Amino acid sequence: MIPAGWEAVIGLEVHVHLKTRSKLFCGCAVGYGDEPNHHVCPVCLALPGALPVLNAVAVELAIRAGLATHCKIHPRSVYARKNYFYPDLPKGYQISQLDEPLATGGYVEITPEGPAGTEPEVRRIGLTRIHMEEDAGKSIHDDALAGPDVTLIDFNRTSVPLVEIVSEPDLRTPEEVGAYLRSLREILRYVGASDVDMEKGQFRCDVNVSVRRSGDTALGTRREMKNVNSFRAAENGARAEIARQIEELEDGGEIQQSTLRYDVESGRLTTMRLKENADDYRYFPDPDLVPVLLDDARIEEIRGSLPELPDARRERVSEQYGLSDYDARLLTASRPLADFFEETVRLHGDAKTVANWISRDVLAALKEEGSELEESALEPPMLAGLLRLVDESRVTARSARELIPDLVREGGDPEAIVRERGLEAVSDSGELEALADAALEENPRAVASFHDGDGKSLNFLMGQVMKKTGGKADARAVRSLLERKLTGGE
Amino acid sequence: MSQLGREEALRLARLARLRLEPDEADALAADLRSILALAERLSEVDTDGVPPTSHVIPFATPVRSDDPVPSLAPELAVANAPAAYATAFAVPKVLENEEEG
Amino acid sequence: MAGRVEPLGTLAELRAELAAGTSSVAQVERALARTEARADLRAFVRLRGEAALEEARAADVRRGAGESRSPLDGMPIAIKDNMVQAGEPAGCASRILEGYCSPYGATAIERLEAAGAVVVGRTNMDEFAMGSSTEHSVHGPTQNPWRSGCSPGGSSGGSAAAVAAGLVPVALGSDTGGSIRQPASFTGVVGMKPTYGRVSRYGLVAFASSLDQIGPFARTAAECAEVLDAMSGHDPRDSTSLPEPPTRCVEALCGDVAGLRIGLPRECFAEEGADAAVLERVRAVAAEFERAGAKLAEVSLPHTPHAVAAYYLICTAEASSNLARFDGVRYGHRAEGAKGLTDLYERSRSEGFGDEVKRRILLGTYVLSSGYYDAYYRKAQQVRTLLRRDFEAAFESCDVLLTPTTPETAFRIGERSGDPVQMYLSDVYTVSANLAGLPAASFPVGQVDGLPVGAQLLGAPLEDAAVLRGVDAWQQRTDFHLARPEDPA
Repeated sequence: MIPAGWEAVIGLEVHVHLKTRSKLFCGCAVGYGDEPNHHVCPVCLALPGALPVLNAVAVELAIRAGLATHCKIHPRSVYARKNYFYPDLPKGYQISQLDEPLATGGYVEITPEGPAGTEPEVRRIGLTRIHMEEDAGKSIHDDALAGPDVTLIDFNRTSVPLVEIVSEPDLRTPEEVGAYLRSLREILRYVGASDVDMEKGQFRCDVNVSVRRSGDTALGTRREMKNVNSFRAAENGARAEIARQIEELEDGGEIQQSTLRYDVESGRLTTMRLKENADDYRYFPDPDLVPVLLDDARIEEIRGSLPELPDARRERVSEQYGLSDYDARLLTASRPLADFFEETVRLHGDAKTVANWISRDVLAALKEEGSELEESALEPPMLAGLLRLVDESRVTARSARELIPDLVREGGDPEAIVRERGLEAVSDSGELEALADAALEENPRAVASFHDGDGKSLNFLMGQVMKKTGGKADARAVRSLLERKLTGGE
Repeated sequence: MSQLGREEALRLARLARLRLEPDEADALAADLRSILALAERLSEVDTDGVPPTSHVIPFATPVRSDDPVPSLAPELAVANAPAAYATAFAVPKVLENEEEG
Repeated sequence: MAGRVEPLGTLAELRAELAAGTSSVAQVERALARTEARADLRAFVRLRGEAALEEARAADVRRGAGESRSPLDGMPIAIKDNMVQAGEPAGCASRILEGYCSPYGATAIERLEAAGAVVVGRTNMDEFAMGSSTEHSVHGPTQNPWRSGCSPGGSSGGSAAAVAAGLVPVALGSDTGGSIRQPASFTGVVGMKPTYGRVSRYGLVAFASSLDQIGPFARTAAECAEVLDAMSGHDPRDSTSLPEPPTRCVEALCGDVAGLRIGLPRECFAEEGADAAVLERVRAVAAEFERAGAKLAEVSLPHTPHAVAAYYLICTAEASSNLARFDGVRYGHRAEGAKGLTDLYERSRSEGFGDEVKRRILLGTYVLSSGYYDAYYRKAQQVRTLLRRDFEAAFESCDVLLTPTTPETAFRIGERSGDPVQMYLSDVYTVSANLAGLPAASFPVGQVDGLPVGAQLLGAPLEDAAVLRGVDAWQQRTDFHLARPEDPA
């Protein structure tokens, strides 16, 4: 909670790996977790005489990210060299974009959790720009291999394509930071631009934080937390820094502009350096690359190829299938899940039924398996087929529910499985009749209670019949059968 | 440009990761001043509304497909390394406060 | 020193010898032997020896089976030390690349190798192509074959000297501000810089990316045409490579200049700009072209006086960035016992780079640094646009332009090293072609006091064939290109 009288102002610069198979400026494969320098070539190693050539798919994915966040895509964008020295930067410059980025001026909508019982408010977080750049290599420390005085450098990650997404300083609370990052991730995954897989190191961000007294319009001096690589760290780091700045100001101090590191484990913020002199990166347009020129037709083609975006899909699903916003949100949480839901409805016909079965049973089974829907063997025709069996009373709902984990794990034809395991519901009227008669005969006291007006004895008798069928009878059929017999109809 | 003295030469040297002794810095500063005197002539040229050339011969952006191609054999990648361990390049330990720039 | 070894002839002469029964091995052996015999020139920094002979042997086998790959099959050539060949060392005449062996080869060279040419060795140059005299080399200077103690020009002085002295018929150089044309002029051979983007820069160690081009040296335009045709054409590994097929310059050499419109830029014939004797020779060239049917016209390139300044701001800016990769981390020279990263960088680079390179890196850093970028770099690029427009206007009424190549003939080694500005100013006729990306060639047009004089033809973008056609027509009417320097007694 931000103390009364104060306001926090937060902006994020997010870097994510684009979902390409090869690097941004050379054909080396993008790989994770491989041995050092197994994916390098003269270009990404910056050998003398090597030259960069742009990856077309990277540009397309970056455009998708820009369109999905409502940015203006610029018909001309220019790569610039950002010059500095560091061992993980082989050329001594990073190819990035400065004055003419790919996209500017979009937004991301978030619905952060409000106080309990209130409607979540939709907040629009502005984006300043999205631009493309290449990633750097990685430093490794391996005392066993190289001793304590050596840093090892692995260039596998060098020149992996990144987009940098810069937000306006529109975020106001640490919770909003988390909501923003989750929204952004969902959008990027939806359009296939990035998997935003934190474990693979595909995400990092810089968090810019300043505070001011409520009502002030001028911005306070900001401090920047660099290279945060999880959503939780971003949120907690922001929280810690806001508290720290407020404390410093209340003590009468002044905020010095500086760069910080946030240590996730200890929760401590350390100052890396004071930002007295702005870095002189000597940006200039890269003469080895020609500007990216896009015509409207190309941009529209990419726009046309975008899937329905998360928000739009949520709304449509809710309206089209008559689902609550909560249910729609659940069922469109990921694109594969949303596709699965809609396809199953198309095959089966009843959205509410399908919705229930997915949200209750399928999701639970997936969680139990620890797998994602895309990895599981369950497919829409299987679920639709199973539900149809239930509808036709050929299998009981209870039996069907038990099959879900198996379908998730191994897939298969529901009808065949039901037959193999002898799970067919007992609905043969002759057999049921006989069993019902038997139950009535064996339980004269219950029959008598029923006639005395005790409705519960019907349930008891139903239970008896169900036991005889091993649970494979359709409960409604049994009930109506017993009712008929008890009330004298034949 | 008359500011281009020893201090400025040393600042440039730091940016370019070159080490200059004070007398070298002075000599280089003098050289740079005379070369820049040549460049001062450019300020006489009227360049209002003239776009800077960033690429001499304009043509469409060349791009490559996203198909990965074989990389260098890792041993070859480090073959020229002044220092390496297995397939990783080695440098003196990078200290926490050693900044980029 | 070994006994005298006969200089090698032109490609046509070598092919005639092969037809008469000699072998590529014999010719490559002769190239190697003559180079050793003329070690005093220091044209080469490294010879490929046995590797070259192997390739010559293979060429002989192909010829014997009637399967020669091209007219260049088996021909001995030399390449400048800033172009990489797979599995071979590349040094750029610098200490900082000591011991470096390239795992890949330059596209232009691979194409010549595919045509069967045999790279005999790597030639001397100014370090990282920065210089106009081949004095800034870690190996020591190259001598001008016409006069010992004189510079062959630079930065491709080694390649120029190798051709002028008959060590090889053809050599490759690189030209950023005149580094092929000026040495060609000083050594009495033809040197050509193609249209920017004609020849792939993949594998050429970058000096100034928007200005560099690889080009041929030879005694004749016809040989330059052969080499250009074989190595030019779009390369997907170079994003600045033109989307054009290889040139067909050999086909275009018809010898006819009737109706050719030759422009003479008045700014390049100003009396104060060059030695009187040089200007007189170039005017005589114009007159000879006119006698052969060409039409002369005076044109103006008003921004010429600003070309050198614009060039040095742009090339040093790009170079300061291109040379940042030489940091002692992944290859090349690393200072001993460095304590920490900054020490590693600073000492490795300071020990590895020569003075001229350091000077240009610092100037380039200054030009790009914040606060100066607009006044220097951006301004220079704007002036560059104006220069390009000057040429566009001139080419509306002319097919080619004729100028001197250099203001004077070869200077003495050591004469210029003290004054960088004076050295830079002598690039006045050559830098514009790089700034505008135009094809341009220098060709021998006589001598003054025993030293060669060159004239330059420039063409509009993509008019490489027109330029070589002009030089070829000149060479069909005159015999300046037949003059050869003598070997020392």
